[in-house]
Amino acid sequence: MNFPILSIITFLPFVAAVIMLMVPADRKTEVRGIALATASMELLLSGWLYFQYLTGHMTGYQFIETYKWLPALGISLKFGVDGMSTPLVLLTGIVMFTGVLISWGVYDEEHHISAGIQDRPREFFAFLFLLAGGVFGVFVSLDLFMLFFFYEIAVFPMYLLIAIWGWVKTREYAAMKLTLYLFIGSVVALVGALVMYWTQYQNTGVLSFDMIQMESAGFSAAFQYAWFLPVFFGFAVLGGIWPFHNWSPDGHVAAPTAVSMFHAGVLMKLGAFAALRVGIMLLPEGAKQWSWLVMAFAGVAVVYGAYIAFVQTDLKYMIGFSSVSHMGLVVLGVSTLNHDGLVGAGVQMFSHGVMTALFFAVTGMIYDRSHTRQIPELGGMMKALPFAGIGFIIGGLVSMGMPGFSGFVAEFPIFMGVWGRQWMLAVVASISIIITAAYIMIAIRRVFFGPMPEKLEGHISPITTLDKVAIFTLSSCMVIIGIFPAVMVPMVETGVKHILDLLGGA
Amino acid sequence: MFTPVMFASILPEILILALAVILLCVEPFWKEDQRRNAGWLTAGGLFVTIIVSLLFGQPGEPISVFGGMIRFDWLGFFFKILFMFSAAVTALLLMDHEKAGRRGEAYVLLLASLIGMNLMAVSADLIMLYLAIETASIPLYILAGFLLVDDRSTEAGFKYLLFGTLASTIMLYGFSLLFGFAGTTNLYKLSEMLTVGSLSPLLAFGLVVLVLVGIGFKLAIVPFHFWAPDVYEGSPTPVAGFLSTASKAAGFSVIVRFFFVAFPEFAPSWTLILAALSAITMTVGNLLAMSQTNVKRLLAYSSIAHAGYALIGVVAFSQLGATSVVFYLAAYIVTNLLAFGVIMAFSRVTGLDDIKDYAGMSRRNPWLGLMMLSAFLSLAGMPPFGGFVGKVFVFAAGVQAGYTWLVVVGILNSILGVYDYLNAMKYVYLYRMPNEDEEKHPVPLTRPYAIALVILTIGVILVGTVFAPWFSWSDAAALNLF
Repeated sequence: MNFPILSIITFLPFVAAVIMLMVPADRKTEVRGIALATASMELLLSGWLYFQYLTGHMTGYQFIETYKWLPALGISLKFGVDGMSTPLVLLTGIVMFTGVLISWGVYDEEHHISAGIQDRPREFFAFLFLLAGGVFGVFVSLDLFMLFFFYEIAVFPMYLLIAIWGWVKTREYAAMKLTLYLFIGSVVALVGALVMYWTQYQNTGVLSFDMIQMESAGFSAAFQYAWFLPVFFGFAVLGGIWPFHNWSPDGHVAAPTAVSMFHAGVLMKLGAFAALRVGIMLLPEGAKQWSWLVMAFAGVAVVYGAYIAFVQTDLKYMIGFSSVSHMGLVVLGVSTLNHDGLVGAGVQMFSHGVMTALFFAVTGMIYDRSHTRQIPELGGMMKALPFAGIGFIIGGLVSMGMPGFSGFVAEFPIFMGVWGRQWMLAVVASISIIITAAYIMIAIRRVFFGPMPEKLEGHISPITTLDKVAIFTLSSCMVIIGIFPAVMVPMVETGVKHILDLLGGA
Repeated sequence: MFTPVMFASILPEILILALAVILLCVEPFWKEDQRRNAGWLTAGGLFVTIIVSLLFGQPGEPISVFGGMIRFDWLGFFFKILFMFSAAVTALLLMDHEKAGRRGEAYVLLLASLIGMNLMAVSADLIMLYLAIETASIPLYILAGFLLVDDRSTEAGFKYLLFGTLASTIMLYGFSLLFGFAGTTNLYKLSEMLTVGSLSPLLAFGLVVLVLVGIGFKLAIVPFHFWAPDVYEGSPTPVAGFLSTASKAAGFSVIVRFFFVAFPEFAPSWTLILAALSAITMTVGNLLAMSQTNVKRLLAYSSIAHAGYALIGVVAFSQLGATSVVFYLAAYIVTNLLAFGVIMAFSRVTGLDDIKDYAGMSRRNPWLGLMMLSAFLSLAGMPPFGGFVGKVFVFAAGVQAGYTWLVVVGILNSILGVYDYLNAMKYVYLYRMPNEDEEKHPVPLTRPYAIALVILTIGVILVGTVFAPWFSWSDAAALNLF
């Protein structure tokens, strides 16, 4: 494989961001055009990558590219994907594409319609693409240094995106809180990574940040017990793990629509993925030692997140806490350290990413038109925005774990895995399914059905074609995986197999 | 006897001196409106000097020349290049300074100080070292107080002078004691004399502290930092930029050579002192930066904190440690010059220096906003800017040397730092001006600023992404110490 597809996927957004910044500020349409063209290309490339991996029945790390970056310290630009990360690359492509579509927006002064990003779209898309580039970089990096490099790149544009384009009331507070939380997490993990690097050097005499090599660095059990917690939780902060989830709903609420989609859809996966790749895969003994703790925290997150979501009246807060609950399921699946749980976690990362992006997209459309997100103040949206309504309902069904949708494919194995480890926890965690079903159905009934409040009557303009394309893209992904799990599950299984090997076949 | 090597070892200084003499001869004959060309001459001359030095002045094997006064090696050479780069950029930024830009003396003083710094980086003898430090400092005292009509500038100059002379006196006392105990002033011979058996630990400790006072003043590390915020605030902005970059780096070139070469035997005691100072410096710098309302004072405290981070590399006392310090300083110099350049460009147009005056800046000049963002994010240690890589290397050196606790302190501090810098960026990007029409007033950049800022921005990104060449040069510089 000579075509450097992974580097192209990773660096294209950066190039596009620089090009967009070169465009004069008043050429808003041109900027959006560049953004959409780039995002479509990313979607095609990541789709092609996924298709190749799937149809080629590949296993292990593929599409590997290595460029020496700093040989003196063993830093190299090493890219590669496996069964775990390929779906996530595709997910990022999908969210990026739909995020750009949603942000395109419409502006009509006469009818007081202002949807999407109208203020300085050039800077918005440039920062969004820096974020996207960082995310791609983390998913494909096989070098620990580069992983941190891209991880930090993915974090800082969030501050600007939320603080500048976010919801006026809470954006400053939420943006700073989010940045500090994530930065604390990542630097704590960084210390762990540096310690791992030097310990590997002591053990094997190899000076390298290469993660495939580090898998066989021979870290002693005591070392792994000590350093697993900082590394795992350092990353898991971004995964929204309880009790470090606090930044996440605030961030979701304050962020503009496309950024919420990125944030909940992709960024939180970044945390879970990095925690899995660095925490569990490099420190498997530590993972075994502490899995009970991770499991307990995740169990709390699942039930507690669902409960809090249930009592929210703000639509975005509801989805934000449901993300905490669903990401709790991911971490719960990971913490089982068995085949079923890990496969479920892998699929859930993709499924939740698409689902929550869809939720936020629809919420954004409603908010841009009704200027409220309070569930009691909404109603009758199904008539005004039927397409958005159907999208939301599909998302809701996924969220509840209905068979026939991707949510079921993901959650069922997770609960199987948890049952295998600790059946009590499986019972407790499954309460969340009921609560989720309750709040989703209540939200659907209140927001989309029933009479429309009088003051909204006539103010709800239809959504644009671009919005419909976005909703269709996202919904179809969930249905396809729900009906044909074979398009994703076997691929994730190959990734899981490698993790299980590292765990010693546990 | 004068050999080609001796000539090569002071080639940059000869060229700088020639440049200063040319400047002094030519400038009086220029008309008032041409005087700012002195900046072009200085910057251009320095860039030529850098190129000529790179072509003809590269050191080979480390060698002591001029009777052991000067050590001709990569460590000194690399620092010299950094100083000259930073002086050239400072000259560009000085050109359009309203009050100082048209005064030829300013550039001559800058060059004089630069010669002193260059010699600081290569001094291998206590006497040479002291002379170099004074040569570097005295022109800076004048430059800090250059704006005679401005009370704050006068205060800055005087304060800097008082602190500086006191610190250098104490250091001189330390030097004289060193000579008394060892019987030599040469750094490379001192290490043979100062062995653990020959000197009581307490005495060694005392000597280290005395010397540290002088160097610590240059570095602006806590507790020798009190001058920095006032001086930065009062002195002309380009001069403050020069003080916080080249002058600080010069201090590091001395501290690295002095402690690594002359005191290896007493490493356990001085690394402990420096580790403590590093931790305190970072913490104090970042905490005090939080409550600043003036952007120059913010950068002053941030530069104090950065001296603390860089000290981690010195504390590590290893090959990688020295490399990481040199790399960190290279990244820091480019970054901080960029930050001061942006501030200079902004205050030249608006005449304002408070953080709140930056409201709406990104709308008035988006490019300037992006440059400020690059500088501040690099200071905060975010990729893809130089600051991130520098920090990771310094932290890696710290962990390798077993100073994990210090690295943890450093990491907690970088979180505080992120808060400080983002708080400032909030004004630039988020807040609007009280009167939104004012945002239509652009902040134009004159040509010297545009050139300097673009070079620096590219530099910050290059150091942070393509870091292999910079690292190998830093490594070559550090190699000569061991």
